[in-house]
Amino acid sequence: MPYLVLDKLTKRFGQWLAVDNLSLTVEKGELISLLGPSGCGKTTTLQMIAGFLDPSGGRVTLDGADLLAKKPNERGLGIVFQSYALFPHMTAAENVAFGLEMRNIPRADRDRMVKDALQLVGLGAFGDRYPRRMSGGQQQRVALARAMVIKPSLLLLDEPLSNLDAKMREEMQIELRRIQRTVGTTMILVTHDQAEAMALSDRVVIMNKGKVEQVAAPQDAYDNPASAFVANFLGRTNLLQGTLRQDGGGCRIDVAGTAWPVAAELPAGPGVLTVRPEKVTFVDGAGVPGLVRARVFQGTQWLFEIQTDAGPLTVIRQHDGQILPAENERVTVGWRAEDMRVMAGTAGGA
Amino acid sequence: MTAVDSQNIMDTGPATDTAAPPPAEPERRNWAPYLLSLPALALYAVLLLVPLAMTFLLSLNSFGFYTGIQDVWQLGNYIDIVTDDYFHEIFLRTFRIAVLVTLLCAVLGAPEAYVLRRMKSPWRGLCLLVVLGPLLISVVSRTLGWALLFGSTGIINTALMSIGLIATPIEFMYTETGVVIALTHVLVPFMVLSVWASLQRLDPQVENAALSLGAKPFTVLRRVVLPQVVPGILSGSIIVFALAASAFATPAIIGGRRLKVAATLAYDEFLNTLNWPLGAAVAILLLIANVVIIVGCNRLIERRYKQVFE
Repeated sequence: MPYLVLDKLTKRFGQWLAVDNLSLTVEKGELISLLGPSGCGKTTTLQMIAGFLDPSGGRVTLDGADLLAKKPNERGLGIVFQSYALFPHMTAAENVAFGLEMRNIPRADRDRMVKDALQLVGLGAFGDRYPRRMSGGQQQRVALARAMVIKPSLLLLDEPLSNLDAKMREEMQIELRRIQRTVGTTMILVTHDQAEAMALSDRVVIMNKGKVEQVAAPQDAYDNPASAFVANFLGRTNLLQGTLRQDGGGCRIDVAGTAWPVAAELPAGPGVLTVRPEKVTFVDGAGVPGLVRARVFQGTQWLFEIQTDAGPLTVIRQHDGQILPAENERVTVGWRAEDMRVMAGTAGGA
Repeated sequence: MTAVDSQNIMDTGPATDTAAPPPAEPERRNWAPYLLSLPALALYAVLLLVPLAMTFLLSLNSFGFYTGIQDVWQLGNYIDIVTDDYFHEIFLRTFRIAVLVTLLCAVLGAPEAYVLRRMKSPWRGLCLLVVLGPLLISVVSRTLGWALLFGSTGIINTALMSIGLIATPIEFMYTETGVVIALTHVLVPFMVLSVWASLQRLDPQVENAALSLGAKPFTVLRRVVLPQVVPGILSGSIIVFALAASAFATPAIIGGRRLKVAATLAYDEFLNTLNWPLGAAVAILLLIANVVIIVGCNRLIERRYKQVFE
């Protein structure tokens, strides 16, 4: 039985539909990410689960109980805010203790639990510090400890790592994953950073304009995007406009004069071919001809910008000693049929 | 002045702490800031420091009904004030009124600022205007309005008597109660603005965070919001106290000649008894008492909240 169920959740701000009939089930112990560009409704969804916004329609149940019937302070959820929202007039330990105080937990137990929680996030020695005297990463950990210490039935994380620098963010991702594994709390993470969502989640929910585009394990969503939007949002991708054709051998798509077999049955007409930059190789035989417009060294890899008749194409090649074309060189690129995805329609409709 | 300064000090504290010392290079003094502030400094000196110094010197002179002001230097006026019960009563009344007004302003203004902040867009601006209203009206017409309202045949007393709450009119005019009410009305905007400023620095998510941790709405106010706006309340209190203790027009009209406070006493000494040196001494003592109380409170705030709101 699913643990958290969002059933046709809807939020309207005047005429604008922020969240449109969103349905989702989350299993106990799962870490699920709501991923999408800003304004896609992911934070609104989180706020409705937390109780800071009243939905215009739909239901939310947690462990079988109606969550919307409870006030925000009765829901027992842990929340980590984007701004951390620490109490500036309390020390780190007092911040963490606040939720326990509200639950009338005796002083001795409280002190022990606060100590354990700060230990868990690696801040055992910082209990007496005020938030102002802590770095962003440390404040973030205090916020996490404060939300975790009350043993929430559900932990909501609203862009928790977006205020940290790149290195710190990576450390915290590992930390967060470790804590999630240790404690086993069900978590919902809101983020616009696809790398963060992929690194942390069991499943990702890709949202666009208030609607769910795809719910899948990160690797599945990356390899088998359900829509051009998902393909484009999850990592770089090449969108090539082509023409779908039906002939004796089955379905094919023509891109810049080259025909590629299509496994699925799609109607004839315009089609979009998507292929990941790292799946594209330089070939000697048949393929799409093009001109190397630019090549950029990125440490572990080379990035190529190829001008083809079907539009610009990005190619990523590993920096492993192979001989790679120079700028302004004429090349032919190709990919394995199983590495591409084809959808009916035009790229503009993405 | 001091309250505003203290807020600025709190704001800029960390920045000045971490600023690296300038590299050792031949010092070339930049005169532009001094030149730019020269007009303001000159104005300040001519209009404030010089009259103040003259008032102080005047307060050392002596006065006789038949001899007028004598150009002698002595502390007789101060000794008169310190030893005379009449003056004690007036000074005590002045500070009693100021303390009461400050307390009332804090009790009314802080919740008012909080409610205002939570209001939606068109209403917030409108209500803020209403709150600031008293400051937009001339002190004389506003206070005369109060006098009409407070009079024994005024609206308040007539209304209270007609609904049978009181049998005889409550004396608002020429009483401390009346002065306190009228001063509170005038000075509450300063408290609202000061608390408002500290509420602006409050992360709105902090209240949600407290809610999510299981705090009831009132507990959120008491444990999370209030401690963070205390500096705002205290700096507002300093402004209100200073203005209430030195207020002239309101006590002059509501309190009349019967109920004197330090400011109206100094005025009467100057214009009625023509004892300028004594009036000057009253003014100087009021200033000193004000400065001592305000600087003392300011120190207290800064020390108490240094740790949290540096």
